[in-house]
Amino acid sequence: MSAATLTAPPAPAVYTAPDAAYERAFAAIAARSGEPAALRQLRRSAFAQLQQRGFPTSKHEEYRQTNLAAVLQRSAFALPERPGAATLREAERAAQPGAAFGGPQLTFVDGHFTPELSRLKSLPAGVRAGALLAANDAGDDRLAPLGELADIGGENTMVAFNTAFFGDGAWIEIAPGAQVDAQIEIVHVATGGAGVATMAHPRHLILAGRGSRAKVVETYLSLNGAAHLTNAVTEIFVAENAELEHARLQQENTAAYHISAVHSRQAADSRLRLHALTFGGALTRNDVVTVLHGPGAEALLNGLYVAEGRQHVDNHTVLDHAEPRGASREYYRGILDGQATTAFRGRILVRPDAQHTDAVQSDKNLLLSSDCTANADPQLEIRADDVRCTHGATFGQIDEEALFYLRSRGVGAEMARHLLIFAFAAEALGRLNPSPLRTRLETELFSRWTGLTPPEGAEASGG
Amino acid sequence: MANPLLKIEDLHAAVQGKEILRGIDLAVGAGEVHAIMGPNGSGKSTLAGVLAGRDSYEVTAGRVTYAGQDLLEMAPEDRASAGVFLAFQYPVEIPGVGNLYFLRAALNAQRRQRGEEELDAADFLQLAKKRMKLLEMDDTLTRRAVNEGFSGGEKKRNEIFQMAMLEPKLAILDETDSGLDIDALKIVAQGVNALRDAQRAMLVITHYQRLLNYIVPDYVHVLSAGRIVKSGGKELALELEEKGYGWLEPEAAAAV
Ligand SMILES: Nc1ncnc2c1ncn2[C@@H]1O[C@H](COP(=O)(O)OP(=O)(O)O)[C@@H](O)[C@H]1O
Ligand SMILES: [Mg+2]
Repeated sequence: MSAATLTAPPAPAVYTAPDAAYERAFAAIAARSGEPAALRQLRRSAFAQLQQRGFPTSKHEEYRQTNLAAVLQRSAFALPERPGAATLREAERAAQPGAAFGGPQLTFVDGHFTPELSRLKSLPAGVRAGALLAANDAGDDRLAPLGELADIGGENTMVAFNTAFFGDGAWIEIAPGAQVDAQIEIVHVATGGAGVATMAHPRHLILAGRGSRAKVVETYLSLNGAAHLTNAVTEIFVAENAELEHARLQQENTAAYHISAVHSRQAADSRLRLHALTFGGALTRNDVVTVLHGPGAEALLNGLYVAEGRQHVDNHTVLDHAEPRGASREYYRGILDGQATTAFRGRILVRPDAQHTDAVQSDKNLLLSSDCTANADPQLEIRADDVRCTHGATFGQIDEEALFYLRSRGVGAEMARHLLIFAFAAEALGRLNPSPLRTRLETELFSRWTGLTPPEGAEASGG
Repeated sequence: MANPLLKIEDLHAAVQGKEILRGIDLAVGAGEVHAIMGPNGSGKSTLAGVLAGRDSYEVTAGRVTYAGQDLLEMAPEDRASAGVFLAFQYPVEIPGVGNLYFLRAALNAQRRQRGEEELDAADFLQLAKKRMKLLEMDDTLTRRAVNEGFSGGEKKRNEIFQMAMLEPKLAILDETDSGLDIDALKIVAQGVNALRDAQRAMLVITHYQRLLNYIVPDYVHVLSAGRIVKSGGKELALELEEKGYGWLEPEAAAAV
């Protein structure tokens, strides 16, 4: 042993172990009967991983901008009971945005699957959907793929945290060849426990069969202003030549902590459109890991984050080009105001076999105040030689020339400014396929900034 | 002219401390079309921008009176409501804002400001269709975001379409002809001519005489190094075409 090793300072704490309250909470889950043995074993392994590693601190390279340990250890979040009838009635009203679309819907209140607020009767042809755990009672091994993409042994220990604690989640299977027009909704409502901050760990599994086409939307809402934690994990399997559009819409209250991981794997010639839309939360951390696992796969990662006050939003993405002729388009954009802080880290990995990869990444930020801070950190790791890979990040204010153009036509200064902010967001919304969700978001954002309802007959955003 | 619509007196303007306009005097009456010609960099766009209210210019001296009001005191949007319209030399692309939405917002903002009733969706669309026909614009252009991905010519045509929709009292066209092929030029000119009437004044800025074959002006002024160095009738444009601008440069003029 050399002297140098003896005098080396202790390594900074990259993780901190979960405190005793989480151990007690897990003990209660482990003691629960009724879950299949394989799941109980998976949960135990996941919790052991979490104990061994712990919650990431800002000393961890991947969490420099977002100290999750500080949030999770400040005080332990509690797993809430299934809410009572009165709370459910309130939750039902909150879950209305989904209901208005009229398609299939799975509703989770405080992490519990709530059939009375869900719509699963007469599912569209080719769609099977239900609660991940309830489904197992039917003897159908829906849990088999669980954890295949979201690894409990990975650096992102939030996956292990979720796996140990998840209450339930959605299981959605699109049959091979099915063309599903209806938007399939997964709606989460946090009801805000009395006195104690609650947590929910939704866990979703989406399987898009060969040659199928479907749309899934996850929406996250809070019933009131109480702080709560969401730590969601979604695994998405896209079979050959399938097309899946998946949107995550985060509209929780500005006291909420929202952590998410979306892991997807695409087979040959499949098309995956992932949208990460963040509006709420005191602190949000979204991880997206998508593997282009067959030749000719195409992925769109479309992100929009809007942060004001003291909101913090951190998006980390990994685009893993593993096979030839993959195309990825990654467009993130943020609107920051007040003292908001945001981070974007986009890693593009092009493996040696992934010749003729075509990857484009951009992160654009519109800064509306002098106190907000946006960070961008592109990371390209290219191990194949015949590839096209471009990236760029911008940080700018409202375009003065565009402002003058609008004003010169008679639009007032305030309105012109608000229209341009809306326009910046509308470009991201424009990457969603036309859908009730897109229309609703365009309307909501238009009103948010202009204070007006968009007129009928003249599309506010064009196109 | 007792009460011209627009009266510019000894106008001086600077950009970043550099004086660009160095004493402009010009009076434009209702119903008149004035052409302003001049070499690149002579200050044509600066003059247009000062009149429309672009705030990157600093007016260091002089006055501009428009319909009896002090124009320079007015915000750009108030100038627009009062009837001033600038067709930009470089129209701005605004992704995310629909062309028709933008126009309707602008038109109704102007109408509100003037105390007029707003146009509803149906009336607006009817008017838009009529004007689109005049400029041979098709639906696919007007349904897109403002100028997004338009060719140079399409942008210019869109400027005139906007002008036709907003029906200004004073239209300032800044090099609307540049970047247009002859067919597009004819369509644009036809649109402009359709809007000529006794109530409306136009300031047509151009580098080349070509446009003035189609939009025939009542007066032609030559701008050079921030001053109007010569004014005349429409024949002046032809003379410029023949001789170029050299003989009118202030240094050259002084040397004579
Ligand atoms: N924003 C600006 N910053 C610095 N110089 C400018 C700016 N705008 C115009 N100028 C200068 O002012 C002069 C006149 O420009 P402009 O009015 O655009 O001329 P024209 O339209 O006649 O070609 C030119 O020398 C130009 O370089
Ligand atoms: Mg010019």
